[in-house]
Amino acid sequence: MTEVQEMIINLANKHGSGRESLIPILQAIVEKQNFLSEEAMNEIAEQLDISAAQVFGTASFYSFLDTKPRGKYIIRVCKSIIAEMKGKKEIIKTLENSLKIKVGQTTSDKMFSLLETNDIGWSDQEPSMLINEIPYTNLTPEKVITIINEYRSK
Amino acid sequence: MESNNLKKTDIIFGLCNCTSNKKYPVLAEVIQKTPNDIITEIIDSGLKGRGGAGFPTGLKWKFAAAGNNPEKYVICNADEGEPGTFKDREILLKVAGKVFAGMAICGYCINASKGYIYLRGEYKFMLPGLNKALLEFHEIIKELGYNFTIKILLGSGAYICGEETSLMESMEGKRGEPRNKPPFPVAEGFNNLPTVINNVETFVNVTMIQKYGVEEFKKLGTQDSRGSKVFSISGDTPNSGVYELELGMKLSDFVEEYGDGDTKAVQVGGASGFCVPRKKFDETIIGFEGVPTGGSMMLFNSSRSMYNVLSNYLDFFAEESCGQCTPCRVGCQQLVQGIKAVKKGVKDEEYLDTLLKLSESIKITAKCGLGQSVANSFFSIVTNFKEEMIY
Repeated sequence: MTEVQEMIINLANKHGSGRESLIPILQAIVEKQNFLSEEAMNEIAEQLDISAAQVFGTASFYSFLDTKPRGKYIIRVCKSIIAEMKGKKEIIKTLENSLKIKVGQTTSDKMFSLLETNDIGWSDQEPSMLINEIPYTNLTPEKVITIINEYRSK
Repeated sequence: MESNNLKKTDIIFGLCNCTSNKKYPVLAEVIQKTPNDIITEIIDSGLKGRGGAGFPTGLKWKFAAAGNNPEKYVICNADEGEPGTFKDREILLKVAGKVFAGMAICGYCINASKGYIYLRGEYKFMLPGLNKALLEFHEIIKELGYNFTIKILLGSGAYICGEETSLMESMEGKRGEPRNKPPFPVAEGFNNLPTVINNVETFVNVTMIQKYGVEEFKKLGTQDSRGSKVFSISGDTPNSGVYELELGMKLSDFVEEYGDGDTKAVQVGGASGFCVPRKKFDETIIGFEGVPTGGSMMLFNSSRSMYNVLSNYLDFFAEESCGQCTPCRVGCQQLVQGIKAVKKGVKDEEYLDTLLKLSESIKITAKCGLGQSVANSFFSIVTNFKEEMIY
């Protein structure tokens, strides 16, 4: 049995193998592997006894269920109009310079992916971003560099 | 002359004994009443849904209570994805117990034993705290005689899942594509069984109505908009944050209190809401009789380009459109491209009229609230700030 197979069997045992368990299982895999591989999606289809197309169709619908390989830390910068007004551009520039990647890319050491996302619910404290599930708000370029350095030394 | 007619309230976040002391005394009182009496109280209170659409809460419960189906559900819609909204975040961080209590009251009224909170993926950081609070809650209500449990499900970053039927599709493990209505969720909701789905804040209001009584609740607000509302205030304001205000206020009073002295426009109700220009502040009432809102209030001062504002909203809709129906999927893209073409001079200004007609068509023909509401911001921004769209 492959590692992925084993993981998915365990997840199906934990969450159940009905259709309603699909998204919790997909979320758990993204949490563990940072993205949904084809192998994982095929294996889920097998375990839940649904077609692989249904698994992929569901996964591809949700922006947080990545089907492309991502880094260990996924940075999602809020791109709402309020974020724009409060200096999102500077934050993106700082992240791009610090990580040496552009929006949409992943660092070569697979540590960070840099993405933009729609309103994350912190318009009172923009600019903001999520790193995996942790929100960071009232960002400044200096603050961003400190945060990234903390993640680098983790 | 009174300098300000705004009435600030402290009901939603205010300390009360209803859920404190780890005892939930409000739930001990509620279970003494009959479900029917409670539903009648909620109807009498005039409470309308706080997510934005404003359906009378008591009526919704009454419909769901009517059927004899052995299995029904209570869902709390905590998928607040509307740009500029963050009030549910604060409610869940500060007074989650009042939300749980409101859900349990609903469960008791409609005879449902299962409740779900659909929490947006962006708020995953709250999950450990909420689950801990739920453990305690479950123990207490069991002792009080309630047969009700709440489970939290996480979203995965799709705005459309705030639409109630999409949310249910998502809970069922599918793509979050809206269903046709009718049937409405009260008849066929989650798993095609009768379901009450309410906004986070609506459940808190239910708890507070049970705590303070219908008459107290009705003292606030207007005939059409009873009670107070939690507003998410952001943009060009020195006081960004969450504020609880009486419904039915004049926008001019609001701007006087929260504006920066140079407010050009207020976007009421998020990207799917309406843009009100300065000249209309005085005649605009915030409430179901005027401009309704789920609570998002974005202020823009005269340094801002309303073209940029509209362009940002349209990009948002084009990205979040689920793609199921053509008017929304294609229409949003056309609006995005269209205003760019006018701005660049590729199309002349009359093209804006064509785009306005298109937005009207989307409003009439789109399947769900997302597509239908694109025209709100499009029409109100384009007609009120036409020069900014062209030059």
